[in-house]
Amino acid sequence: MNVDIEVAARSAVRGPSAEAVTLTVNGQARELRIEPRVSLLDALRERLGLTGSKKGCDQGTCGACTVWVEGRRVLACLTLAVACEGREVTTIEGLAADGGLHPVQAAFVEHDAFQCGYCTPGQIMSAVKLLEEGHAGDDAEIAEWMSGNICRCAAYPNIRAAIRGVRDAVGGER
Amino acid sequence: MRPFSYVRAADAGTAIALVRERPDSAFLAGGTTEVDLVRQDVLRPGLLVDINDLPLDLIEDLPDGGLRIGALARMSDVARAPAVMERFPVISQALVLGASAQLRNMASMGGNLCQRVRCSYFRDPASPCNKRDPGSGCAALSGINRGHAILGTSDHCIATHPSDVAVALTALDAVVHTSGPGGERTFGMDDFFLLPGDTPQREHPLEHGELITEIEVPGAPVARRSVYLKFRDRQSYEFALASVAAAVRIQDGTVTEVRLALGGVGTRPWRARRAEAALLGQSASPASFAEAARQELAAATPHPMNAFKVELAQRAMVRALNTLTDGDR
Repeated sequence: MNVDIEVAARSAVRGPSAEAVTLTVNGQARELRIEPRVSLLDALRERLGLTGSKKGCDQGTCGACTVWVEGRRVLACLTLAVACEGREVTTIEGLAADGGLHPVQAAFVEHDAFQCGYCTPGQIMSAVKLLEEGHAGDDAEIAEWMSGNICRCAAYPNIRAAIRGVRDAVGGER
Repeated sequence: MRPFSYVRAADAGTAIALVRERPDSAFLAGGTTEVDLVRQDVLRPGLLVDINDLPLDLIEDLPDGGLRIGALARMSDVARAPAVMERFPVISQALVLGASAQLRNMASMGGNLCQRVRCSYFRDPASPCNKRDPGSGCAALSGINRGHAILGTSDHCIATHPSDVAVALTALDAVVHTSGPGGERTFGMDDFFLLPGDTPQREHPLEHGELITEIEVPGAPVARRSVYLKFRDRQSYEFALASVAAAVRIQDGTVTEVRLALGGVGTRPWRARRAEAALLGQSASPASFAEAARQELAAATPHPMNAFKVELAQRAMVRALNTLTDGDR
């Protein structure tokens, strides 16, 4: 390996102390100073004031922190914020434009698809992608492909009803 | 979480060199296990080298009908690749049953093979664990070991290998390709996943700084009729208590080719060679399936809490073989 490349690569090392990081969240470039160990979830909630994404387990089990990175549903608690530089992050706050409701948000309201609401942002971010992925065929398929989002109030029947409602209203295209 | 440094590598040579020059560095791919274990203080890297920009995510056809799966291909993308679904359904099914949709979008194939065990004592820095802290003992031997292994165990470790897709890949004789300080190497599954023995801290033969670049799945027409069955405490999103990857060819009612591997019961993805040998040339009947399964599990070393797995694994094997051969009988 070329020595110059090694020098350049070493100089690109970030941290361990806080450094400037630029995240693109909901279409906006956001500057922050964070250490490499800061998760995307903590960056969103504690640094950028985007508290829609919730911290349930902080270990990749509950799905309350589900956001999209490059348009794919992922877990913000197991994602390093610094690793999202140059990638598009979308949170529940960026789901619908101009203060309106996304059809899946509206369906959750219509079908009473929550009780305490803590898991709801993650459920919705996951459900929108589930519909796009084409895995809302029947209740068994919805349950399987939504199994990464846990609801301690057990609103599952109504969550599935909300998803079916959107599926049937628009032919599964969201 | 302890502080660490981070760098994103643009090419494999740089990534390998960056990891190689620091003993406390590690590659970062999907991060689904690694970030979790750093937060738990089980892993303590000083530098994470992010390899997600490396061009190692292709899924390509091989001339023999096999596949070359890039190490950074995501579980979700491999699971829905038409070539995988058509020619190796067992791989696709194992991936879909292997995690939540979010984790599958994040986790890479190479990282899946390198994922660490789910043993609660390994994941608790306060407990003795020969894998995490060699020589400290194994708390699982006398602890809560309901989920632990019954095959390939040692007096030093009984942790179950957690991967589902590695079970399918083991049944299919996949080959792991690596690039590292010593050049490029290849490993068959039997050589890649090490038994714990008296060195449970060594889970695979990779050197520090050696990077998995691709997983090669040789052509196997038998795999067109294959299945992955998984039994667990919950219906979805849970590790296996017992699982089976199976492929079989029947001619005139006789088993002429068979691949069998077990998950959830071994300290590594468990190729069921005894059962395969017992089945070859036998009639494709529930009785011969049960006898083959019995022979495979004869070597089991259960503990009182996980003794149920001996029966569960046998029934899972019989179920998988019955499922595959239903139309032939």
